[in-house]
Amino acid sequence: MSSTHILELQKVSMDFGGLQVISDLDLHVEEGEIVSVIGPNGAGKTTLFNLVTGVYRPVSGDILLDGESLVGLPPHKIAKRGVARTFQTLRLFLNMTVKENVEVPTWAHTKSGVFSSIFRTPRMRREEREIEKLAEEKLAFFGQRLMGYRWNQPAYSLSYANRRRLEIARATALLPRILLLDEPAAGMNPAETHEITELIGKLRDEGGYTILVIEHDMHVVEGISNRVVALDHGVKIAEGSFDAVATDPRVVEAYLGVSGTTTK
Amino acid sequence: MADKPPTTEQPDQPRIGVDSWVASSDERIEGIRGARGVALGAFEHTPPPFRLAAFVALAATLPLFLSSGNLFRYGFFTLVYIMLGLGLNVVVGFAGLLDLGYVAFYGIGAYTYAILSSDLHGIHWPAEVTIPIAIIVSAVLGLTLGLSSRRLLGDYLAIVTLFFGQAFVTFANNANPKGLTGGANGIGNIDNISIFGYTLTTTKQYYYFILGGFVVVFAALWSLVRSRIGRSWMALREDPLAAQLMSIPVNRLKLLAFMFGAGIAGLTGAIVAPALTGVAPGNFDTSILITIYAVVILGGAGSLMGVVIGAIVINVSYELLTPATPDRARWLFYGILILAMLWKVRPWPKLITLVVTTVALGYGIHAIATATSDTATSGAVNTGGFLTGAIHSYVVIPKNPGRLPDYGYVLLIAMILVLTTVKGWWRVALLAPTLYLAAFVWENLLIQQPSVTRLILFGALLVALMNIRPQGLLGTARVEIV
Repeated sequence: MSSTHILELQKVSMDFGGLQVISDLDLHVEEGEIVSVIGPNGAGKTTLFNLVTGVYRPVSGDILLDGESLVGLPPHKIAKRGVARTFQTLRLFLNMTVKENVEVPTWAHTKSGVFSSIFRTPRMRREEREIEKLAEEKLAFFGQRLMGYRWNQPAYSLSYANRRRLEIARATALLPRILLLDEPAAGMNPAETHEITELIGKLRDEGGYTILVIEHDMHVVEGISNRVVALDHGVKIAEGSFDAVATDPRVVEAYLGVSGTTTK
Repeated sequence: MADKPPTTEQPDQPRIGVDSWVASSDERIEGIRGARGVALGAFEHTPPPFRLAAFVALAATLPLFLSSGNLFRYGFFTLVYIMLGLGLNVVVGFAGLLDLGYVAFYGIGAYTYAILSSDLHGIHWPAEVTIPIAIIVSAVLGLTLGLSSRRLLGDYLAIVTLFFGQAFVTFANNANPKGLTGGANGIGNIDNISIFGYTLTTTKQYYYFILGGFVVVFAALWSLVRSRIGRSWMALREDPLAAQLMSIPVNRLKLLAFMFGAGIAGLTGAIVAPALTGVAPGNFDTSILITIYAVVILGGAGSLMGVVIGAIVINVSYELLTPATPDRARWLFYGILILAMLWKVRPWPKLITLVVTTVALGYGIHAIATATSDTATSGAVNTGGFLTGAIHSYVVIPKNPGRLPDYGYVLLIAMILVLTTVKGWWRVALLAPTLYLAAFVWENLLIQQPSVTRLILFGALLVALMNIRPQGLLGTARVEIV
């Protein structure tokens, strides 16, 4: 096993009451790379994320983060080890402020307990200041989009695109080893899609994050991916550079269906 | 680290890509003029410890101008409801767990104190021992309830906890008279709080004692909700799955919330038991639970200050409507009617028309009734007060009303329902007879049954307030996914 593998899936299978969703999937993500997962709806992409984050437990196979197995751990412990994700359907803490949303995941690397919180010990107050500073830093990554007066606005007051940005900011505040982005460009207009493509690249190049991303928009996938993995019916059907995967006949077939002999 | 805006732009100007209307929100808030603006500004600019100190200073002067009985009913019990509301607010307002067994912990605290400091079992431990024990017993039972129901959410959790609350009352009720809880008679002759040799005997002393308890609880909760624990509770309320995937140990925080709520309720119970000198199962039944929920919901779930204000509004209005003094209830009734009319009926021509019509209608009907029958207006006005004369010559009070007030009551409800559907001048036209009918029903029916009327008015007050501010007095507007 190579030591640069941050995330590694070994022969992972998952089924829901007899319906095979993922079968014998092998996948690895190396430090500092962006791996895109593509595939038609129902291919098992989001299930893959749910398996990695511990929402589901795989029927067989092993999932390793930095060489240590994640299988059987509850989701919050997996998050604490450094797996952060966003959601296809946004799941922000809508009635909390923008800043509070980003402060929540700092639980993973802070310590203050009940008593130090009640008595506001100097250590707890120092920790709170650090949490606030970290949250502001993470929000600043998105330029002016989530800055200034927006810090203290409730998350529900944000526009759709800003909510997507806030979800990414929230995930980065976990200080994760790997960032799982579930369709970051869904529901965005072309200009915003372009911006999010640049942003994901920036997350890797400037933020130093390792990213596994599910995306349907092929322009986004082309723009950011170091490697692309194509899934269909829970099976990996192609893997490699974007050009190689996009022209792979099995991928074309999965997306467009068999077109008989006319294309030959 | 923060991206600085380009220096060529004016710092005061809304930045490019930023909605100027939203960006100027602070200035617009400061632009609220008049008394409300001054009050808001003064409140905003007072540091939180001073706000608490100001409230306590105000509360500490209450015994100077309230009699012992009134201090107990208005002062002491308002603080009891504040404390209970603060505890419930942790569970419901912050952690978002619908706990309908909450009142049982209040009872458990009270009973624990009573068992350890009364003649029933011959144990007379001092309060510095029994109060911590009461808190710990309640908190541990809260933990037990939380453990058994940690996988449940929403309605399911509500049912299980409701069962727990009922089980407690049944348990306390069915013990042997000499048994642990004293059975249906409860436990009497509870020792006064005796803490480090100092014994509380007067209402005033109990009032100051619970005021101290309130300060401790409020300050502790204020700190706690502004820590990572408070934030995590809110995250848990908003979206448990997302919270867990952001590294929050959801189950542990749920149990912590249950324990905190139960502990605060237990502390309150341990102060109330000796103040009442006796506890009985009926003191801790569902009606108290509903009142505590009303405090939290009215004040605004998730707001500490809101709970304080909610408790004051609820307890004071509930006590004002006490059956012993129906003339106070009468003041409240007419006062609210007139205030609501002055506040809500606009523009001025409508208001003037309404007032003139209502007054004329009343005297008209009264004159007709007097002319047609000897006994129609010869009934006595219930209880005195200096409105007696005015009421006697305005409202028709028959000597033998028979079923007439009952029919009037049903008609009144029907007219109020119709009122909500008509608009404009039709509403004004219908409002005048409705107001007169309300006065008729009030004087002939409601005021003669104060204990029922109290609940009806209390309910009407709550419905009206919640219609005006669904999020509660100090709560922030809650939205679901849009």
